[in-house]
Amino acid sequence: MPSAGPVTGSRSFLAKLRDGDEIARLVTFVFAATVVLITVLLVYELWINSTLPRHKFGLHFFVTQVWDPVMDEFGALPFVYGTLVTSAVALIIAVPLGIGASIFLAELAPPRISDTLQFFIDLLAAVPSVIYGLLGVFIVVPLIRTVIYPAINKPFGFLPMFKGPSYGVGFLTAGIVLAIMVIPYIISVSREVLLSVPRDQREAALALGSTRWESTWKVVVPFARTGIMGSIFLALARALGETMAVTMVIGNTPKIAASLFAPGYSIAAVIANEFTEATGELYTQSLIALGLVLFLLTFVLNGLARLLIVVTTQKGSGVSA
Amino acid sequence: MKRIALLLAVVLLCCTLVFGAQAGLLINGAGATFPYPIYSKWFDVYHQKNSSINFNYQSVGSGAGIKQVTEGTVDFGASDGPMNEEQMKAFQDKRGTQILHFPTVLGAAVPTYNVPGVTGSLNFTPEALAGIFLGKITKWNDPAIAGANNGVNLPANDIVVVHRSDGSGTTYMWTDYLSKVSDEWKSKVNKATSVNWPVGLGGKGNEGVTGLIKQTPNAIGYVELIYALQNNVPYGMVKNAAGNFVKADVSSVSAAAASAVKDMPADFRVSITNAPGKAAYPISSFTWLLIPAKIPDSAKRDAIKGFLKWMLTDGQSYCEQLSYAKLPKEVVEKEEKAINNIQ
Amino acid sequence: MNARLRWRKLVSNFMLTMTGVCAFVSVAVLFFILGYLLFNGGTSINWAFFTQLPKPVGEVGGGMANAIVGSAKLLLAASLLGVPIGFLGGIYLAEFSGATVASVVRYAADLLNGVPSIVIGIFAYAIVVQPFKHFSTLAGAFALGLMMIPITLRSTEEFLNGVPRMLREGAMALGASKWKTISTVIVPAAYRGILTAILLALARVAGETAPLLFTAFGNRFWSQGWAQPTASLPVMIFTYAVSPYEDWHRQAWAAGLVLLGLILIINILARTILSRGIAVPRS
Repeated sequence: MPSAGPVTGSRSFLAKLRDGDEIARLVTFVFAATVVLITVLLVYELWINSTLPRHKFGLHFFVTQVWDPVMDEFGALPFVYGTLVTSAVALIIAVPLGIGASIFLAELAPPRISDTLQFFIDLLAAVPSVIYGLLGVFIVVPLIRTVIYPAINKPFGFLPMFKGPSYGVGFLTAGIVLAIMVIPYIISVSREVLLSVPRDQREAALALGSTRWESTWKVVVPFARTGIMGSIFLALARALGETMAVTMVIGNTPKIAASLFAPGYSIAAVIANEFTEATGELYTQSLIALGLVLFLLTFVLNGLARLLIVVTTQKGSGVSA
Repeated sequence: MKRIALLLAVVLLCCTLVFGAQAGLLINGAGATFPYPIYSKWFDVYHQKNSSINFNYQSVGSGAGIKQVTEGTVDFGASDGPMNEEQMKAFQDKRGTQILHFPTVLGAAVPTYNVPGVTGSLNFTPEALAGIFLGKITKWNDPAIAGANNGVNLPANDIVVVHRSDGSGTTYMWTDYLSKVSDEWKSKVNKATSVNWPVGLGGKGNEGVTGLIKQTPNAIGYVELIYALQNNVPYGMVKNAAGNFVKADVSSVSAAAASAVKDMPADFRVSITNAPGKAAYPISSFTWLLIPAKIPDSAKRDAIKGFLKWMLTDGQSYCEQLSYAKLPKEVVEKEEKAINNIQ
Repeated sequence: MNARLRWRKLVSNFMLTMTGVCAFVSVAVLFFILGYLLFNGGTSINWAFFTQLPKPVGEVGGGMANAIVGSAKLLLAASLLGVPIGFLGGIYLAEFSGATVASVVRYAADLLNGVPSIVIGIFAYAIVVQPFKHFSTLAGAFALGLMMIPITLRSTEEFLNGVPRMLREGAMALGASKWKTISTVIVPAAYRGILTAILLALARVAGETAPLLFTAFGNRFWSQGWAQPTASLPVMIFTYAVSPYEDWHRQAWAAGLVLLGLILIINILARTILSRGIAVPRS
């Protein structure tokens, strides 16, 4: 007879098995364990399939600029550089916009408008990467070439950052497209974090005679500072792993250049372009090694992000990205 | 709610059964973008004639074609750069059989450009091309270019070099030519499907390069002739070994092949860049289908052999309208015999 | 004093207006994208787009029927893989597991969630494509399914935990075993949230391109069964957009509109379902 409620003493395994509960526990455990297994297997596969470049190049892999499939010389530096530069540009554009918007949504907008706008911003986060790439190719690239480049290069062209010809594609283009892609993450997380700041903080500041802006900027935002940092890390992690939109607008050139208008390459883009054609074990494994590097970068950032956000919002389960 | 969910599940299941039903033979191939226009035409026409056979060809670049056929993830590959000894050995080791090369058409890689104010054909000397792609000639009005183009108003703009970002037989063809005409290129960069380019932007596939050139003023790149024609991008003439500036077309490409035909090796791997002959276009090449010598699946084997026979006869009639040159008669005869090598 | 106060008030008004501008710009981008796609894609959508196969290169016309069906098949198979694992795993976390096991599983799920989609593609290539020696719909579905697991798992756990205690206790008081409680009381109570999570996970992977590049590969024809390579909407958009053919660009816009429309509809549906349900934490 199946028993319900608290069980006292131990029963034989078979008896437990007849009980639907034990089966359910086992079955669901298997599925939960599968998740762990898959993740372990993934890391293992990445590690095991990138041994050749590790043995051949060692740490040199990270400082070599050359990517030469003919001479079998592979270095990660141009891709790491490209990934970091495009993400940096994206953050420089997205963080002020994102934090500004989240302040508006959390502090100023009436709840209904705030919720409605947040709804639309969540939709923006759902737009797939390839569509951003599509818009990047047909809108942002010509925009850079015909409007932005002349506007910046003429007055500031002497700076190494803005030197050189513009092809439309390049670091800046990729950075702009990435910025649009990560803004929703900054806004939605920062907004939640700001909303969780206790009322009395604001009221205390206002009671002391500060203006609305001063109470927000000098009291509320610093209180939520760690959570906002978390949202930035989250955005950064997304930007680093972005593949399609970047591939379509970065110029696919494994070179390091100081100018933002120069073409470059990112880790995700080179894997997407060259993986199916990498002939030779060293070539393929070098690409997988790059994948491992990217994975580690995003892993660290995501971990930090979660930590910061959880600490600030004091909600146990954190936010799913 | 439960009933709706159940109904939905049944509908989906039916759909999967319908779409899951095996009907017709699918043969997967991947490789060169160079001959993609004619391959897609051929496979489409062949499917109309033999509705139970589908040749699914993915234009992903010669490099990917070589890799995927070696891995065995596709049934055949395609490349405009013949596989080298190392790659052929790797194939042998991995798949336990030889890889066979079957030439399909002849094509040309042309220098395409987007120079403001220039709509006609520019003349390019081998020195000019090598210099541009080495990054030593940086402006359009450089004497090396202007010298061959009297009367053309070349602007003083920076040249934007465009090359392939993926492994490409077209790249092989182009770098093979440059290695023959420039010692500096040969020692610095050499020839392969994927090289360490001194300068330039990368485009994916012939399609990507054409697209980039179209959208980027002052750009120059190399693409297969049909891509320049289909997209109305101007392309230049190249000085051949005999000293004449020749424009790429069916007859100049055929002329380039003519000299190599007599000495065609049994495995059909030959380079015809910088060929001798007054009317030869110097950057021409065969393009090959890469087919394993042993195909265990008899249905696939027969389908592939059937297609090859059709390709060598009826298929060749589609070449001209897409600006590829037909295979020379002698090569066709040799190939028809070689088809029997596929077991 | 007065002048200083006036200045501070001016700054305050200005900065607060600027934040409004930031919010406006962010939302405007969405509408711009939608509008642009509608305009360019809308004019290119025709009946042929939905019913015809792609034409040979360079010829005008044809459609993406095989890509649409291909994407549908991929998503179906991905759900069959990802949803059960996420759902049942989530039940384990919420109902059965101890604290340490739970944190290990949660950590693994978060890790999996953060893996860039291109790396998932590499993994799927190594596990499914290489051993079986061909590209296939299954391989693509495997990659996409993996990406659905973390969202489904975490959301299931969250929503199950959010079911009020009194429902549990009521069931137990009536003598139901644990499993019966879960299956007849708790899960139905949380089903809105869980369904929402599944829909959101589906919407997320529907647009993924990178993992399909070396798993499902591509197909100019109909893909039969599950073991053949297949075309898919996102990959077609990518291929057509970077090509030089005007007609392909036109088709890329159309495909973009269809894809985005689908994803937005799923998102809006999911969020409306959630907002009408019982009070559960928002995902």
